[in-house]
Amino acid sequence: MKVTKLAAAVTLAAAAMSAQAQVSDGIIKIGILTDMSSLYADLSGAGSVAAARMAVEDFGAAKKGMKVEIISADHQNKPDVGSAIARQWYDVDKVDVIVDTPNSGVALAVNQITRDKKKAFINSGAASSDLTGKACSPNTVHWTYDTWMLANGTGSAIVKTGGDSWYFITADYAFGHALERDTMEVVKKNGGKVLGAVRAPINTQDFSSFLLQAQGSKAKIIGLANAGGDTINSIKQASEFGIVKGGQSLAGLLVFLSDVHGLGLQTAQGLIFTETFYWDLNDNTRAFAKRMAAANNGKYPTMVQAGVYAGVLHYLKAIEAAKTDDGTKVVEQMKKMPTDDPLFGKGRIRADGRKLHPAYLVEVKKPSESKGPYDYYKIRATIPADQAFRPEKDGGCELVK
Amino acid sequence: MTEIFGVPTQALFGQLLIGLINGSFYALLSLGLAVIFGLLNIINFTHGAQYMLGAFCAYLLLNKLGVGYWWSLAAAPLIVGALGMLIERLMLKHLYKLDHLYGLLLTFGLALIIQGVFRNEYGSSGQPYPIPQELSGGHNLGFMFLPNYRAWVIAVSLVVCLATWFVIERTKLGSYLRAATENPALVQAFGINVPRMITLTYGFGVALAAFGGVMAAPIYQVSPQMGADLIIVVFAVVVIGGMGSIMGSILTGFGLGVIEGLTKVFYPEASNTVIFIIMAIVLLIKPAGLFGTQK
Repeated sequence: MKVTKLAAAVTLAAAAMSAQAQVSDGIIKIGILTDMSSLYADLSGAGSVAAARMAVEDFGAAKKGMKVEIISADHQNKPDVGSAIARQWYDVDKVDVIVDTPNSGVALAVNQITRDKKKAFINSGAASSDLTGKACSPNTVHWTYDTWMLANGTGSAIVKTGGDSWYFITADYAFGHALERDTMEVVKKNGGKVLGAVRAPINTQDFSSFLLQAQGSKAKIIGLANAGGDTINSIKQASEFGIVKGGQSLAGLLVFLSDVHGLGLQTAQGLIFTETFYWDLNDNTRAFAKRMAAANNGKYPTMVQAGVYAGVLHYLKAIEAAKTDDGTKVVEQMKKMPTDDPLFGKGRIRADGRKLHPAYLVEVKKPSESKGPYDYYKIRATIPADQAFRPEKDGGCELVK
Repeated sequence: MTEIFGVPTQALFGQLLIGLINGSFYALLSLGLAVIFGLLNIINFTHGAQYMLGAFCAYLLLNKLGVGYWWSLAAAPLIVGALGMLIERLMLKHLYKLDHLYGLLLTFGLALIIQGVFRNEYGSSGQPYPIPQELSGGHNLGFMFLPNYRAWVIAVSLVVCLATWFVIERTKLGSYLRAATENPALVQAFGINVPRMITLTYGFGVALAAFGGVMAAPIYQVSPQMGADLIIVVFAVVVIGGMGSIMGSILTGFGLGVIEGLTKVFYPEASNTVIFIIMAIVLLIKPAGLFGTQK
């Protein structure tokens, strides 16, 4: 008993000391917790690690005398595995910030752990708008996109062009549920009807059963509230079962560049969805894409990987300005400073942790319109930053006064 | 319209058919596993990777050499089967006398390596493989739209499964094989080259997996993960059917496909666990599996 008390005291003292020091243990340690091997690995994974490395390089950490180390791990899309890694990173490996973390289930768990340990969490890969809503935290920044933004961009565009009855095929976990909920709201608000929904387990190979149920509903729009490999398989099999030929349309609510690449334009053409980053927007994004392709096996960056780059860059700037790597203080500083990076341009982070930037409604090109690999999107509309995301007051975040 | 538990019977027919289609893949793969386990006593965990290799083989043949689906259907199983025989000659043959666990570890490790190499090269989203011209399109059966390719999958896998069963259980060659597993020394004494027969058997089991891979390529993405996702289910199928029972694995493959398909209608959330629930129940009641015999 005595020993434990002593240990606790020593730990407390050590913690107090490190809080005073400029950067605890002299190293800023960034942990990329992501999907390295499964259905989200192409949209985040090794590409996210490469993007973080580039951010450290571009920030000029070495020249400024800051020691930055990047480590990474595979959370296997399991919240328990992700939580165990996050705890070990924070407690044993002295990781200061966890970055990326696709899969909302894992992200919500890491969000809570980061808050308890007073570290920092910069999420780029997960979608659930709850991260800046009822689960918001003073230690989390949600960078790239969220379910509300996807619903608002894609959902309202489709309802307005006549797609007013919907049936959902939903990934059966936190992400799918949030995306389904947010899209249903948008559909109803714009005068559309929701005819039903079916919950498919994550990482399903065969969607034909679910597609058949969607077909039977006679809804005009089949909303795919899933992501990565699940989206690819549902779109591919929908074309096999003649769903689009039968007069129904597919709405991919979350589609990434890597998904379109995996599907091929022949199958993906005409899909409409919302992204916050496309490599072919301007000279800066094109230059970034070239570097990413060179560093990541020829693959062009997705918006998630772009968000990792921009998030890490802003995090390092905040450490430089605040002169500390204390998680809570750095996130506070990140919110205080306006953001400015070559990929998302100028923006800011709200009190609830939401990063604001424009969103783009894109349409996938026909094979004849594309000049080559990765020339995939036509930008149909730009949604300005102040309209792209859920208004701060509607999220139910306790940090917003 | 008549309904069963709130689901129109028409829709139910469609789901039954889809279950059968998925069951065809379970049957094809579990059959290969059953053959290998029954005759070699090796639990072949590389099976999923070999299925994936079959699909990738078809993909590479098409994109590098312009060889189409029909030729791939024959070529991919031959190529992957030959690779399998190489593995058997170089590694597996040293393990026959040891505990099952060693074979399991070796094949599991091989699967991880093969999948890792392909993931590194091709990423996880997979590559598209077109449905062959002759089989594109489909028919409206009234209760559902049946793509021609899916109909082809059911027909072909039924034929392949039954042919395999016939060869092993009803022909002279099959009787040699079965005899060789019971008592290799005695069969060898009759002048039959048992080691070569075992190598060929492993090659055949692997070729079956690769064949399944080519069949799957146009439906699913050709991706490094495709086998890993499937193999666990297929192992459950083999366990339920009874390790090593040929007919057992065919029947359970199709049967479980149907049960899984129905789960997707009545309680979709459980569709990826239902097979394991059944496995647990079967193991409790009949530890050797539905068609297995206790040794």
